[in-house]
Amino acid sequence: MELELRGITKRFPGVVANDNVNLTVRTGEVLALVGENGAGKSTLMNIMYGLYHADEGQIFIDGEPVTFSAPGDAIEAGIGMVHQHFMLVPVFTVAENVVLGVEPTGAFGRIDTAEANRDVEEISAQYGLHLDPAALIEELPVGIQQRVEILKVLFRDAQIIVFDEPTAVLTPNEIEEFFKIIEVLKESGHGIVFITHKLKEALRIADRIGVLRRGKTVGDADPAEINEVELAEMMVGRPVQLLVEKETAEPGDTTLDVKGLHVVSPEGRTLVDHVSFNVRSGEIVGIAGVQGNGQTELVEALTGLRDALGGTITLDGSDITHSSPREVHDANVAHIPEDRQRSGLVGAFSVSENMVLTDYDSEPFSTGFRMHWATVRATASDLVEQYDVRTPSIETPAGTLSGGNQQKVIVARELHRDLRLLIASQPTRGVDVGSIEYIHAQIVAARDSGVGVLVVSTELDEVMALADRVIVMFRGQIVADLQRDQTSHSEVGLYMAGAKEQEPA
Amino acid sequence: MTDVATPQTPDTTEGSESNGGPLDFLKRVWDRIDTTNALVLPALALASALIIGIFVIALSDIDRIQDGDWGGIVTTIIDAYRALFEGAFFSLKGFNETLVATTPLLLAGLAVAITFRAGMFNIGGTGQMLMGGLFSVWVGFTMSGPGILQVPLAVLAGMVGGMLWGIIPGFLKARAGVHEVISTIMLNFIASSFVLWVLKTNAFRREGRQDPISKLVDDEGRLPRLFGFLGRPELRAHTGFLIAICAAIFFWWLLERTTLGFEIRAQGANPHAARYAGMKPGFLIIVTFAMAGGFAGLAGATEVIGTQGRATQTFAGGIGFDAIAVALLGRSTPVGTVLAALLFGALQSGGQKMQVETGVPVDLVLILRALIVLFIAAPQLMKFVWRVKAEGATAGPSFGGWGE
Repeated sequence: MELELRGITKRFPGVVANDNVNLTVRTGEVLALVGENGAGKSTLMNIMYGLYHADEGQIFIDGEPVTFSAPGDAIEAGIGMVHQHFMLVPVFTVAENVVLGVEPTGAFGRIDTAEANRDVEEISAQYGLHLDPAALIEELPVGIQQRVEILKVLFRDAQIIVFDEPTAVLTPNEIEEFFKIIEVLKESGHGIVFITHKLKEALRIADRIGVLRRGKTVGDADPAEINEVELAEMMVGRPVQLLVEKETAEPGDTTLDVKGLHVVSPEGRTLVDHVSFNVRSGEIVGIAGVQGNGQTELVEALTGLRDALGGTITLDGSDITHSSPREVHDANVAHIPEDRQRSGLVGAFSVSENMVLTDYDSEPFSTGFRMHWATVRATASDLVEQYDVRTPSIETPAGTLSGGNQQKVIVARELHRDLRLLIASQPTRGVDVGSIEYIHAQIVAARDSGVGVLVVSTELDEVMALADRVIVMFRGQIVADLQRDQTSHSEVGLYMAGAKEQEPA
Repeated sequence: MTDVATPQTPDTTEGSESNGGPLDFLKRVWDRIDTTNALVLPALALASALIIGIFVIALSDIDRIQDGDWGGIVTTIIDAYRALFEGAFFSLKGFNETLVATTPLLLAGLAVAITFRAGMFNIGGTGQMLMGGLFSVWVGFTMSGPGILQVPLAVLAGMVGGMLWGIIPGFLKARAGVHEVISTIMLNFIASSFVLWVLKTNAFRREGRQDPISKLVDDEGRLPRLFGFLGRPELRAHTGFLIAICAAIFFWWLLERTTLGFEIRAQGANPHAARYAGMKPGFLIIVTFAMAGGFAGLAGATEVIGTQGRATQTFAGGIGFDAIAVALLGRSTPVGTVLAALLFGALQSGGQKMQVETGVPVDLVLILRALIVLFIAAPQLMKFVWRVKAEGATAGPSFGGWGE
């Protein structure tokens, strides 16, 4: 089977999301579709799946023109989709989720659970998915849930499977497992469309790479003949600095001193297990670790969002262990939160309102009860300029900006004031290459001005690129505290996987 | 879908000069109508409701339908709507009654709107009104002038009574996680029973009456009449309307000009971001409910010392619930709430005249109200029926679900 998109154009008010895009994918190959956020990848995928209709252009299957007016048509034609955000019912079993909508039924519409289980087991075995049909979705880790999604499309006889940013939610181990499954699917004669902005993964798994830039196909690349830097250039349209440029750190006195910090969940589960470390002024300490090993909770405890059960947090000699978020903020600590949509911004608020989200209640933005909006707007205009936030106006709702520009709003807000400590959690997650470059430069600039910086990232590359010192967290504990120039990706990777533990010094 | 998160620029493809003509002009005006404008959707909902109302009026005239008297039916419809609008605006008496009905609707509407803006519900307007009215009427019949002192005190007492009652669900939610929908509904029942009991005590019960009705507030203790200078006793609109307008202005000032308003809006739009930014959710919940109770308490006060002059167990009627529709229709903005309350008040006042003059039952007004709220809740339907440019229904308040 061959799926071809020819001359696809899709316009939204004020923007051409897809501009004469051509794309072909055959069964038995992996096509990676790369592009920055906003390049039109998702739009194209939604057209392929019948969720949107192209304004111009035509879809062909095996040379025959077809029209998808709804996802049902696309499924019928053998196209399956694995969304970035899973479409599963948490309280249903694996088998129930798989057959949902096409349930095998017995007399009087009774669902034939036994048959569903058999089918699921069969497909699971065939593709090495190792799924238990009776397991409840909510009890499964994310990586396994993704396999359920894959099984769902296989159950519906998909020949061509589209994956939308499939690795974004996976741990390094799960990514390896996922790539194995992709190989199996390819071997068994399925066609794969792999949408991503992670170039390394595209280079590794794809047979061909299609590059989208501002809605246009700017090239087809052969992974064997192109390297990451060249691919990034194609994607962004200009030379890109993938490495972070920085001088050797000149650390000063200890800014943040954490001793024996212990955090437990409301249910009593240990999340951060007696952690001790410090951050000195003028250095970047990176915390590496697979998602869910206590980094989130550590940052929450440091910033006052979660109360610590035990231990102490000291900032320049004063105890801030049980401080509120406001008190931590007022102690000149900046916090770039890990999920900008959830907590970093109020999407419905304007850019200027978001620029003062943490500073609105102090001079010069307000006195007493009264907000000074003129001052707020003036400051916001300056910051938008200074931090290169691409927005139509400062009155634009922040939620309508692209991910990179949303993040720049947060970076501008958090970095423009006098700081002693910067805590940056996943500072570039879901951000385009150009903005990553910029945000990294800002973090290094903060360090060079004498601020202590703590960077938490699940992207090992990011930690290794930024950090002067690398701390590895595993199961709530710090398992390694290493100088960046005396360690390597592979060593840190071993610590992250829990395969190695540092001897106490 | 984040790939198309590109800022919406105003559509510039419109307005191409073509062969003039009034129809073409209208078409261009129509194309420019953008549902992001907060006034458009309510206006369309009102128009839709009035159109459906035509059929309801026709059906109410079932005899003529059976006789096949179509001309008579058309006359009934025209007469009914004419009476409705005349009774609402185009006569002094009607306008006066519109203000009477609007006053508590607006105040109670604000009580709901402020909680919507903070991401919460307030089903407890009725209870808060009852408690406010109870406090207010006590001051009203206990003091004996002078009015210039007594009336403001009674108003203030009403506000305090409402606030005290409003704080309870706020406190329960902030400290114990009790969902405010549950607690406010329950507090309505409690307030209602409490008022019944209080009205039967010797301190409140009117001499010589066995039924639960409070002592009368004498004329000096009543809110001054708005049209008192005309010397027409049937014009009972009172200065409570001015209090309500002041409350709406306060609501605007609070939301748009103060740090507390900024916090309330942030809490409503994204509670996680509010917490991250160092705002105190528990404090905001309690303060919001205290102010909501204050607004509703004022509604109760204006009813007892303005319109009615005494308290009964049912003086709040269904206003606390109508207020939810008012806040929804007004999208919880200050101006929107004022306009929505005026509309509901006008329908109520006009409906009386319509029933008297044309025999079309006043219940038509209830149907119109219900239809308006229904259509407001279905923006996609409105857009489809009226063929206006589609834009995601984003302007409304956002709510946390159950168990948040």
